[in-house]
Amino acid sequence: MNIELLSQYLVAGITYGTIYAIVAIGFNIIYNATGIINFAQGEFVMLGGMIAVSLHSFMPLPAAILAAVLVAMIIGALIEIIFIRWLVSPSVLRMIIITIGISIFIREAALHVWGEAVRALPYFTGTEVTVISVGDVHISPQVLWVTGISALMVIILTFFFNYTLLGRQMRACSANRDAARLCGISAKNMVTLSFVLSAGIGALAGCVVSPITYVQYDSGTGLAIKGFTVAILGGLGNSTAAIAAGLILGILESFSVWVMPAAFKDVVSISILLLILFVRPSGIFGSVEASRLKEF
Amino acid sequence: MRSRYAPILFFSAVVIAVQLLTFTTDRQQYLTQLTMTGYYSLVIVGLCMLMGYAGQISLGHAGFFAIGGYVSAFLTTYDLMQHKANPLIGLFSRAGLIVTVQDLYGGDALVFHPWAACIAAILVTVLISYVIGGPVLKLKGHYLAMATLGFGTIVYKIVIGTSFFGAADGLSDIPGFKLLPGLEVSGKTPVRIQNYYISWGMVALAMLLLTNLIHSRAGKALRAIHSAEDAANAMGVNTGRYKLNIFVLSAVFAAVGGVFLTHYNGGIGPSEASIMKSVRYVAIVAIGGMANLWGALSMGIILNFFSLRGYFGSYDDAVFGVILILIMLFAPEGLLRREVFQGAKKWLSGRRKTEGQKA
Repeated sequence: MNIELLSQYLVAGITYGTIYAIVAIGFNIIYNATGIINFAQGEFVMLGGMIAVSLHSFMPLPAAILAAVLVAMIIGALIEIIFIRWLVSPSVLRMIIITIGISIFIREAALHVWGEAVRALPYFTGTEVTVISVGDVHISPQVLWVTGISALMVIILTFFFNYTLLGRQMRACSANRDAARLCGISAKNMVTLSFVLSAGIGALAGCVVSPITYVQYDSGTGLAIKGFTVAILGGLGNSTAAIAAGLILGILESFSVWVMPAAFKDVVSISILLLILFVRPSGIFGSVEASRLKEF
Repeated sequence: MRSRYAPILFFSAVVIAVQLLTFTTDRQQYLTQLTMTGYYSLVIVGLCMLMGYAGQISLGHAGFFAIGGYVSAFLTTYDLMQHKANPLIGLFSRAGLIVTVQDLYGGDALVFHPWAACIAAILVTVLISYVIGGPVLKLKGHYLAMATLGFGTIVYKIVIGTSFFGAADGLSDIPGFKLLPGLEVSGKTPVRIQNYYISWGMVALAMLLLTNLIHSRAGKALRAIHSAEDAANAMGVNTGRYKLNIFVLSAVFAAVGGVFLTHYNGGIGPSEASIMKSVRYVAIVAIGGMANLWGALSMGIILNFFSLRGYFGSYDDAVFGVILILIMLFAPEGLLRREVFQGAKKWLSGRRKTEGQKA
């Protein structure tokens, strides 16, 4: 065990952790607006990657990514309008089953459109063998793209929720829906917007990470479970904590390869999920008192 | 009292009629899928008890099915010859739990008897479901769904990543399960009819057990939990214990289905533990109407049979996904709920009455 290996694992952990955090933020945005967990969140990430790969064959990379994010946003909006908007106070069980159904439907549709092939976008700068060396640690430039774009997304989202009218309307709706409606905010539109936003950031994450992790029709489910773990770890609905939790999970997972076979990497993160659910469902950063008042 | 058992008698008659029908129309090959459907039905009625009567969702029941199947498959195929000197093995052997069989190359192999393996599988399932169920059932809503989903995923990842469970290939060459002399669970053609009856006999037995359970004190307590947990608690129903017991019961049902189907098919693969399988069971229970054992059973028979016959082609999973969405959007109480039947009955009798008046 040497310091180079340690830093190498750390970099890998941070890369995956950032993606988990982005998926978790996607969960949180919809949870805050509606009080439901969108089990199809991972599918947005998969769709983003898949659509961008297909579009890239006849347009430059930035345009393909932009278009993929837009298409994912439209799909997100359609899902909300078709399946969720018109339901009158549905039960939690019903919403869980509907979003699971949607995720299966998207996955199977992807299977029929793209087949079982594993795809990836090209590296944004350089190729898979390009490295930036910091001391003895070798970092792929794509890792910088992933962390950089994720950080940018978080900054933009923070700005959006704190300083724009639309973002503040969304926050008003999640804080108190009835009061927000009395102020003339259309709660229904805010829910649609939350789906659009979370589909968009999911798809963008799917694009930047696809050169490293590749993308396949069924890669969404695993990401959704990881993202949910992170969301719970940070405390459901708390996006700042989700970033810290994402990094923790990513690093733990990457170091777990040391003590057990890589095939069990997912088992580690899911065991963390179960542990957190059993021991401290309010998350490590969440307040126990506040979570008792929430409805799950 | 009599009406409680009437559906089971009717069900048995249908089972016999279907067998005679396949015999007279020379479609005996259907019996294979029907037998498999029977074992999947065990999972479904068990899950129906949990979802419909105890009101708890489980997205990890394929995990219990796989635990049953894999434990039994492993014990009946793993050669203990090299551990022969171990005193524990000697003890098992003297107790008749271990039998000598011929391996692929004609040599002798020491393996567990299927009965011993089956009981071990059930014990393992009971243990795991108690340990998991305790903390899991304290959760509600999303957390409960995710925790059970997480449990199912762990089982899937373990069986697919472990070499002695055959990794991605699963386990094969599982011997038949001789229940009694002359009665064997296996996929061989000469015993096809007897296996059909073993499978559906077990389903009938399960329905008898569950019908009695529903009509007992425990059943009333469960229904109280489903409609208002806090109220039930206030009335002195130990909700936690009831939920846990039903969870374990439904896990055992799934495991038994897994054990028998594994011996019938002669193999088990990791796909049996996949999340999609768990979701499929939930879908079938939801379509049947959550608290409706016969509804879940009949929907399970139809959908599993069609799926196993390959009628859905490559859209197999998509069909279940779409069904889930449609049912939950338009009929969250399920397709086969009592009001529908009563409505139809009223409509029919009403029509007959008006006809009678005309005449």
